[in-house]
Amino acid sequence: MATANQMLGGVLAKRPVSATGVMSWITTIDHKRIGILYGVTAFIFFILGGVEALLMRLQLSSPEAGVVSAEVYSQMFTMHGTTMIFLVVMPMGAAFFNFMIPLMIGARDVAFPRLNAFSYWTFLFGAILLNVSFLTGGAPNVGWFGYSPLTNDTFAIGRGVDYWILGLQVLGISSLAAAFNFIVTIINMRAPGMSMMKLPVFVWMTLIVSFLLVLAFPVLTVAITLLLFDRLFGTAFFDTGAGANPLIWQHFFWAFGHPEVYILILPAMGIVSEVLPVFSKKPLFGYTVVVFSGVLIGLMGWGVWSHHMFTVGLGPVANSAFALITMFIAVPTGIKIFNWIGTMWGGSVKFTTAMLFAIGFIAMFIIGGLSGVMHAVAPSDTQQSDTYFVVAHLHYVLFGGSILGLFAGIYYWWPKITGRLLNELMGKAQFWLFFIGFNVTFFPMHFLGMDGMPRRVYTYSADQGWEFWNAFSTVGVFLIGISLILFIHNVIHTNRKGERAGNDPWNGRTLEWSIPSPPPEYNFAVIPTVKDRDAYWAEKYSEDPDGRPIPKVQGAAQAEEKPVKIHMPTPSYYPVLLAAGLTLIAGGLLSHISVSVIGGIVSLAAIYSWAFEPATAPESTPSDGAY
Amino acid sequence: MAAATHEPEHHTSTGLNHRKLLMWTFLGSECLFFGSLIATHMINRNKAELLHGLSPACVLDIPITSASTFVLLMSSVAMVLAVAASERSDLKQLRIWLFSTAFLGTIFLGFQVYEFSAFVNEGLTIGTNLFGSTFFTLTGFHGVHVTVGVIWILSMLATSFFRKDLVTGDPLNIDITGLYWHFVDIVWIVIFTVVYLVGVFGLNCVEAA
Amino acid sequence: MLRRRPLLPHWLLIAACLSLLLLLISCTPSHPQSTFDAAGPVSRSQLNLFWVIFWASLGVFVVVVGALLYSVVRFREKPGQAMPTQVHGNRKLEIAWTVAPALLLGAIAVMTVQTLFELEDPPSDNPLQVRVVAHQWWFEAIYPEYNVTTANEINVPVGRDVSFTLDSEDVIHSFWVPKLSGKMDVIPNVTNATWFRADEAGVFYGQCAEFCGVAHALMKFRVVAQPPEEFEQWLAAQQAPARTPTEGAALAGQTVFSAKGCIVCHTVTGPDTEALRASRNRGFLDGQPLTHGPNLTHFASRGSFAGSIMETDDENLAAWLRDPEQVKPGNRMSRLAAAFNDPALELSESDISALVAYLQSLE
Ligand code: HEA
Ligand code: HEA
Ligand code: HEC
Ligand code: CUA
Ligand SMILES: [Cu+2]
Repeated sequence: MATANQMLGGVLAKRPVSATGVMSWITTIDHKRIGILYGVTAFIFFILGGVEALLMRLQLSSPEAGVVSAEVYSQMFTMHGTTMIFLVVMPMGAAFFNFMIPLMIGARDVAFPRLNAFSYWTFLFGAILLNVSFLTGGAPNVGWFGYSPLTNDTFAIGRGVDYWILGLQVLGISSLAAAFNFIVTIINMRAPGMSMMKLPVFVWMTLIVSFLLVLAFPVLTVAITLLLFDRLFGTAFFDTGAGANPLIWQHFFWAFGHPEVYILILPAMGIVSEVLPVFSKKPLFGYTVVVFSGVLIGLMGWGVWSHHMFTVGLGPVANSAFALITMFIAVPTGIKIFNWIGTMWGGSVKFTTAMLFAIGFIAMFIIGGLSGVMHAVAPSDTQQSDTYFVVAHLHYVLFGGSILGLFAGIYYWWPKITGRLLNELMGKAQFWLFFIGFNVTFFPMHFLGMDGMPRRVYTYSADQGWEFWNAFSTVGVFLIGISLILFIHNVIHTNRKGERAGNDPWNGRTLEWSIPSPPPEYNFAVIPTVKDRDAYWAEKYSEDPDGRPIPKVQGAAQAEEKPVKIHMPTPSYYPVLLAAGLTLIAGGLLSHISVSVIGGIVSLAAIYSWAFEPATAPESTPSDGAY
Repeated sequence: MAAATHEPEHHTSTGLNHRKLLMWTFLGSECLFFGSLIATHMINRNKAELLHGLSPACVLDIPITSASTFVLLMSSVAMVLAVAASERSDLKQLRIWLFSTAFLGTIFLGFQVYEFSAFVNEGLTIGTNLFGSTFFTLTGFHGVHVTVGVIWILSMLATSFFRKDLVTGDPLNIDITGLYWHFVDIVWIVIFTVVYLVGVFGLNCVEAA
Repeated sequence: MLRRRPLLPHWLLIAACLSLLLLLISCTPSHPQSTFDAAGPVSRSQLNLFWVIFWASLGVFVVVVGALLYSVVRFREKPGQAMPTQVHGNRKLEIAWTVAPALLLGAIAVMTVQTLFELEDPPSDNPLQVRVVAHQWWFEAIYPEYNVTTANEINVPVGRDVSFTLDSEDVIHSFWVPKLSGKMDVIPNVTNATWFRADEAGVFYGQCAEFCGVAHALMKFRVVAQPPEEFEQWLAAQQAPARTPTEGAALAGQTVFSAKGCIVCHTVTGPDTEALRASRNRGFLDGQPLTHGPNLTHFASRGSFAGSIMETDDENLAAWLRDPEQVKPGNRMSRLAAAFNDPALELSESDISALVAYLQSLE
């Protein structure tokens, strides 16, 4: 019998073969290429979300300005928040998970390379679906947490909210698939000898984030599904006319939403935990505690959601409980901060751009964390909730935290990813512009909030005394904008003329630095065997009795590049096809049901073909016509 | 989608197979999915009286649903036998039990179709009131999971005819199908308890205005 | 020295932030919604708690960022330096910096819980009762004990606790008068309660704080705190029957008011009955050109209108009636009222001046 591989694998198309060109990127299942795709896409959305923010800031720069209308302003903050969270920080994290995790644990790929490609394409298509709403008459305009009943079809007429729901639905599939993949990869594909307590901290944080994703996203999925049913099929879940309690939406959203904010910060914390030791030439202080505090943050994050609901009238008992759990999250978070300082203490701190971003991260995150604790004090939070004080808090943790941390990662791992170093001088200039611009933009928002400026207002009157700080804040955006232009210039410039990095430009400690930059397709010619926590460092140095490192003589063990033929998973069409099918199903609900039907057929075909397609094509021989 | 990929058996750090671990994490997230739906139902079921008085006690038919629950439980037994057969590489038995599982699953779905249409006849639709909305959504999503399971099992049955190696030589494929199927069953037990048994317990059907 | 340079802005920035903060506290322009000028016991205890946590946070910030900067400066890489000792941790230190923040937070937690319970109910046992009903995009206030209905401006007596019940007829809003008390959300199907007391007479600005649709930014209101005698007078005036004009422009305006369908949504004959309120709301939900509008019985007694975004005077009123969409984009009146949608019922300039005269006569 002709093998089913041939029958089914070949039903839709021949197996893709090209190694270069656009097609090779579309069909790639190489975790490194997927990582790059994630990163580039996320950066483009960062600019988009930033331009949305810029429009808002211009509108707010003076009282009663007329840059955008009330309606457009509502769309701007909704899309800005949604974009920054779901299309920038999460995928930027995913970019690093993809590129670095297999390298850091000594694996040749992730556990499910095709599922990985599928995650990327669903992310991209979901993001496009969400943004198409701009072109088809009305982006979502209900805020990033879309409180019911404002999202009901009575109040949110038009299609914006449907786009928002279906876009998030598709993005949710992407995040879940990626999370499954990374859990299996990290648990199952560690190099021999790499026990869990020898994992680099970034890998640990990725694992925690993945668990949070697996458990948090279904809650959002259910919430938006119920809302979708309300809008499409006339169910009564959030129909206040039928007796529904709109607070149920809030409980669902924040039961997802708060774990989500730790999903956004833990990758950055992981990155910083890698960068600080390398540029202090010391191991991470208190590795075990840093890891367990991460686990604890992940666990406690499930018990605090109602701190977003201090003003909905839950009563003093519930408010006390949520206030207390929220405050005490400062303890495990503090542990991390102190251990980072402990890492630099007594070290030899080198101010590379990556290090500057990492230090900036710590300082800014402390500010954001402390304003978080102020929010946790429920009675006084009733004055700050829904004001610019919250906007300040969330940007200090998300921009000062996540984004600075991710930029530290970009500068740190850029040479590994591209083989060339980014220009340090430009990098430092970018950091300072970024850092100052960030503070100019967001610090005054604390004052505005305390002076009573509510968030999500498209205009304010001159008698409120808010114009000075608003104008001041808008200036900061331009500094951030210029610094980003500088970054883009740096990337383009060094891409052509940048200094070659070599395997290990920073004297790194983890396994990714032991292989060439950029890494070959198979990552490791020989899968390393791990004996110590900082596996690569231990290969390079031993310690004298005082604990000072002594370089080891690089012996004959360095028998690099065995010319064995390493059999890597083969590219595939089906991940992108399935992603397209699922997106069509969602798109059909917005346009015409026949589109959904086509989507369903495409998806089914893709699933079956995928299932019967071997992950790795058998060695193709000329006689084997099917491939 | 993880149905039948014949990957070279990788060494794994824990000894657990990748795909099995994948299935476990997937089921973990499914727990939260159904948990949220069940929570929605629990919160809303007593609000039925607010509108057209079709409350759980008026429409739920415990004897019929007990029968369908029994059928679904039996399908799980059949699945256990199918897994055992695939481990023994007993192709004939495997086919018999796969077929039985799918068959019983289909019967269960038949019950559900009957139940849904009976409710609609009594005037309870997905849009009638909060009880209707949560009831149909929750049990509907469970039904979709059963349907996917039936299709999956039938696909495995078909596979057993042209790629024997995938269902016997590599019993993992059946094993994973079984995991999914048992999970869907367990979810039903919870739904049956919470929605049906607890739902009507001690309540009388009061037809409100 | 070269190494030190990038650090300077860091210090500068903190110094700048602190001095800016002082600047803010000492010499600010007038801020009618500032949470720093508490004018009642509720906002005052919220503010006190804020200061406690603020100084605690500032202390933590100085210590931790100080340690951060010190370690960065002190242990910066120096030329020719040997590799540092590879320290992996220190149990005692780690316990210390787990316990210390926990103790600090414990203290804050106690104060938080205390204040939460303290502020739950008004201390006095006969507070003034006010029912606030939120609408897209204006607040309505009902004094059930006195059968008075008003909109946008809530009059209260100085020195007496006022107890609010909060309902919404559409989406979620939030009731917030920064100088008097923190927010309480106004949620459909959930009746919330809050209270405050004004310790001094004056006009306090309030604003809806939960995004509630396109005109959320323009959903403001005012609390007018009056000495008790004045408040009694105000109540008496509100309870008085509606005035009916007898001659001139106001009389013509009254005719226009019925002819152009204003009475479909606005009551001018005393407080709205519950039945009328319900039927208007149901009409709106069924998609009819109908909704609940502010009660205009004593319209001219209020200093501001349309969500308190405009002072009540002839000019503003005329502008509002000429093109409400221009004044308050998205508002229900310009979207639904026949006078602004049906060309047959369009208001002429003379209609507008008649209406202004009529409305201004409704003392
Ligand atoms: C990356 C994302 C992120 C992170 C990490 C956090 C972290 C925290 N957040 Fe934040 N939060 C958001 C993102 C995030 N938040 C967003 C997006 C919103 C707004 C959502 C919206 O409405 O749109 C929000 C809103 C928000 C609110 C609701 C405010 C309101 O709407 O009324 C609250 C209330 O408690 C809160 C609290 C906290 C706390 C206590 C932490 C803690 O985890 C912080 C802990 C860290 C520290 C405290 C600093 C370091 C610690 C030390 C140096 C130790 C010593 C410290 C002490 C002794 C105090 N956050
Ligand atoms: C990671 C998350 C993230 C990030 C990075 C940002 C970045 C920024 N955010 Fe945003 N923000 C949120 C998450 C984030 N935000 C969330 C969750 C909300 C709540 C939404 C809601 O209420 O629903 C919010 C809300 C929010 C508001 C409140 C809106 C309101 O309530 O009315 C404002 C107002 O100023 C704002 C501003 C900004 C600015 C100026 C930036 C800047 O840092 C952006 C910098 C980027 C650029 C400037 C783009 C780069 C452009 C170029 C390179 C082109 C050249 C440009 C120039 C020369 C200027 N954000
Ligand atoms: C479809 C219902 C509707 C009709 C008809 C209508 N209005 Fe209104 N009116 C409203 C609503 C709603 C508001 C509150 C608008 C806001 O502030 O958002 C309002 C506000 C007002 C106000 C300001 C009241 C205050 O205290 O804030 C005045 C004055 C007014 N309307 C006059 C009129 C006149 C005159 C007409 C007839 C030409 C009219 N209205 C017809 C619904 C209506
Ligand atoms: Cu009402 Cu915002
Ligand atoms: Cu939170």
